[in-house]
Amino acid sequence: MSLNWYRYASPGKFYPVASKMIPWFATAAAILFIIGLYVGLFLAPRDFQQGEAYRVLFIHVPAAWMGMLLYILMAIYAGIGWAFNARLSSMMASSLSITGAMFTFLSLATGSMWGKPTWGTWWVWDARTTSTLILLFLYIGFVSLQSAIDDPRRADRAGAVLALVGVINVPIIYFSVQWWNTLHQGATIRIVDKPTIAAPMLAAMLIMLAACWLYSIAVVLTRLCCAIIERERGVGWREEALTR
Amino acid sequence: MNWSKFFSMDGYGFYVWGSYVLALVAMCGEVLQVVRRKKTLKRQLQNFSK
Amino acid sequence: MSTPSQFAMFRWLVRRDLTLAWRRRADALSTLFFFVIVVSLFPLSIGPDTQLLRSIASGLVWVAALLASMLSLGRLFAGDYVDGTLEQMLMTPQPLYLIVLGKAFAQWLVSEVPLILITPLVGMQFGWTRSALLLLVVSLVLGIPVFSLIGSIGAALTLGLRGGGILLSLLVLPLYIPALIFGAGAAEASLASGSPEANLYLLGAVLVLTVVFAPWATSAALRISLE
Repeated sequence: MSLNWYRYASPGKFYPVASKMIPWFATAAAILFIIGLYVGLFLAPRDFQQGEAYRVLFIHVPAAWMGMLLYILMAIYAGIGWAFNARLSSMMASSLSITGAMFTFLSLATGSMWGKPTWGTWWVWDARTTSTLILLFLYIGFVSLQSAIDDPRRADRAGAVLALVGVINVPIIYFSVQWWNTLHQGATIRIVDKPTIAAPMLAAMLIMLAACWLYSIAVVLTRLCCAIIERERGVGWREEALTR
Repeated sequence: MNWSKFFSMDGYGFYVWGSYVLALVAMCGEVLQVVRRKKTLKRQLQNFSK
Repeated sequence: MSTPSQFAMFRWLVRRDLTLAWRRRADALSTLFFFVIVVSLFPLSIGPDTQLLRSIASGLVWVAALLASMLSLGRLFAGDYVDGTLEQMLMTPQPLYLIVLGKAFAQWLVSEVPLILITPLVGMQFGWTRSALLLLVVSLVLGIPVFSLIGSIGAALTLGLRGGGILLSLLVLPLYIPALIFGAGAAEASLASGSPEANLYLLGAVLVLTVVFAPWATSAALRISLE
């Protein structure tokens, strides 16, 4: 007997599954955050170049990764939702957007916090920081577009076009920003590289990344459930869901 | 374990702890917002179906 | 009665849009005046130091052209949307891709060509040499169609929405950045005694990619907005 996965493509069927998974992911995320912070703040040694300031990276790097990863996922889900007319997929894309924007903003903010002690300034216009800023703008555009459109299906599809155009542009934008940066290398800022990775540092980084990943899943699934309730009102399964 | 040294982080305390506080605020804020939304929606559904 | 050829339809569309634009000349002129005013605002806010102005001039002219081009995007589909012509266009057997291309081309002729023609005058305000001005004009010729085409995607997505122009800008400005970087870089490079060729080639590549892919995205967006 093979499981028919397509059952779960229906929002009504997926809702109970999602609802049940959320607490597991949330707890796992909380545990990993605690472990990761313990390893990163207590066990990992001082970096010989940057002193204690490098510890900001344990939140900065995972946040940056999540910001980029969630954007790509958002575009994929939106594309699938558009191509296959799959509502749930589009709802997933919309749910990913805000968390992704949050992580991108966090990566910019913590990046500044890392930059001030290491580079000496709060902000520097290098290729990565500028590209991350542009990524934030892309997120904001997506969220704004969807919130401006009342009809949910039009919002889904318009968002899909925007997300796909955005995701295709991201490499081009990154390349052009890098180009711009190398040409305009004015005052040489000593870009202090990430510290040479000692085992506890790497472990902490990975654990924090996993924690952020699980956190994202928990929050995005919760948003998805909200979206399902909002959009699938008036459908029979509601009453069953409420007895949970 | 030298606690004062831990908190000051060699003078970088503001940056290190500031970043983690910022992250905590952002993530907790998001969780609160989303949990509250879900509660509100479920409540609306219940009221509606009564 | 046979359906007209694609090229005939393209020509008809361009001619129609040009005629309509001619009847509302003020709109096109206002784009031009906006450009000139914005460029003149910067010396007023920064000070008349010619050295400083010369160093920022290429970026300045480019941003002003970008903004002026973006403002005229609202007019691209709005008129036809409001009176129902756009829906009719969607139902023709002719590919929507060509219709989009035609409208973007007509808009380029109306809004952007005057802008490009006036750039030398504006550039003289900043004390540029003739060869630098020529390079600026060439970079604009390559870059502004990119703005029109990418902008048409945004215009199609935000058709009929309240939020209108600002939302459009929000969507489209991040996507403009590569063209801006290469274009302004080309104009800048001639001043900084670098070689503008690399920037121009890259800008040309961006233009080719945009001409090929953007109308397709715009057509998809139009269908989404109009159903």
